[in-house]
Amino acid sequence: MSLKTETFLVNAGPQHPSTHGVFRMRFILDGEVIQDVEPVFGYLHRGIEKLSEGLTYSQDMVFTDRLDYLASMTNNEAYAVAVEKLAGIQVPERAEYLRVIMAELMRISSHLMGVGFLTNDIGAFLTPLLYMYREREKILDLFDMVCGQRLTYNYMRIGGVSQDIPDEFIPALKKFIDTLPKFIEEYEQLLKTNEILLIRTKNVGILTKEAAINYSTAGPVLRASGVKWDIRKAEPYSVYSRFNFEIPTGTKGDVYDRYRIKIEEMLQSIEIIKQAMAQLPQGDIMAKVPRVLRPPKGEAYGRIEGPKGELGFYLVSDGATNPYRLHIRPPSLLNLSPLRELAIGVKIADAMAIFGSIDICMGEVDR
Amino acid sequence: MTVELQAAEIVTKLEAALPGSTVESGGNTVVIKDEFVLKAAAFLKNTAGLDFNYLNFLTATDYTTYFELVYDLVSLEHNHKIVLKTRLNNREKPELASVFNVWQGADFQEREIFDLFGITFTGHPNLKRIFLWEGFQGYPLRKDFKQ
Repeated sequence: MSLKTETFLVNAGPQHPSTHGVFRMRFILDGEVIQDVEPVFGYLHRGIEKLSEGLTYSQDMVFTDRLDYLASMTNNEAYAVAVEKLAGIQVPERAEYLRVIMAELMRISSHLMGVGFLTNDIGAFLTPLLYMYREREKILDLFDMVCGQRLTYNYMRIGGVSQDIPDEFIPALKKFIDTLPKFIEEYEQLLKTNEILLIRTKNVGILTKEAAINYSTAGPVLRASGVKWDIRKAEPYSVYSRFNFEIPTGTKGDVYDRYRIKIEEMLQSIEIIKQAMAQLPQGDIMAKVPRVLRPPKGEAYGRIEGPKGELGFYLVSDGATNPYRLHIRPPSLLNLSPLRELAIGVKIADAMAIFGSIDICMGEVDR
Repeated sequence: MTVELQAAEIVTKLEAALPGSTVESGGNTVVIKDEFVLKAAAFLKNTAGLDFNYLNFLTATDYTTYFELVYDLVSLEHNHKIVLKTRLNNREKPELASVFNVWQGADFQEREIFDLFGITFTGHPNLKRIFLWEGFQGYPLRKDFKQ
């Protein structure tokens, strides 16, 4: 007697507890094993690239907050860097240092969320995530102190930052920076030797070095596969060349490595913030920028190392007040490129671990 | 620090391998003829010393009379970069060879350009709209798009 078998389709999303936003995956399954997966995007598509063409350069800044909403500061910075490159604006030194401090805080916050949601995806439901939220809250309080916002900051402007830090900021930042390593240690005790976490993450979703490069992945995903590539070192923007820090890399490129990289990077960010605080100069926080900016005809590509990878803005100017074309290089979308290759042949439960380890934000994927 | 390779150097190498492929160049940008895109891509990736193994981003711009495609190429090995461009004059049925087989990172980006500009990439394994729904009329990032 022979048994008839057939593949079947399982739909995950767009509303799904572990899809980090409105994202859908159509799995073709053979039993529990994935034979094919098709990612479906577009549920959060707002047409930011098109909308930007109709507004002035400074008005477009608010759209960037709404890309990767877990890392609005770095989005602001990437856009500001691109416009400054296009218009030839020199940013005052104090503003550069403030940008570095805010960007590194943002990186810590984004990585906290990345790690927290990963543990959530592999079954440690909510408890570790809430520890992460506890620390992130402190960062949001710091941002609130600086610019009065907790999610969409619009703090970095073309030519500098919107306002100087208040007197109570530096003591509060010092206090936070001093306590954070202890917290990370505490968290590591919970997870580092946790057998369930290790089984669920080690040797799962291995992305080889060659594939990581070929699929244009960036940030922690690329570095976890063993590629030492970080824009802060490869093409130092702002004042990053003045700080000592390491670029952590993984060896295997599995889910565990992608998780480890984020922990290591948080520790490096703390080092950068400490150095930036020590070197913080006095002075202006804003360059002289015309109210209505008209960059000369031409094009520019400005890029920074965002928490999720290289975030860049490609701008084309025809000499008018609005950009002729604005393209965003979205690390979240490109990091999803190898998803299909990683998911084929694994069990469906592992697909969520792989997806969680890539750490995406739908606001940036769909734009 | 990322080195921006001079276009003249790349043009010499491209012309030696693919005669008649380049149109113009300047700064760090090389413009090539659209029929040479796939061959030039493979050449730039596989030639020792160039090794452009990383397609940083791929996008298009509508200049009303033609479309311009921008390939931002980086070599992670040598930390140098170059911008490769090509132009499409046919607005009715713009078509270009897909570079998916050279850099798989082109997958979603070509789908995005197909979705928002209406440029067809021949040889792409799964070319369909990525953000907008099937049946959507028009291509929003074209300058003549009316809502």
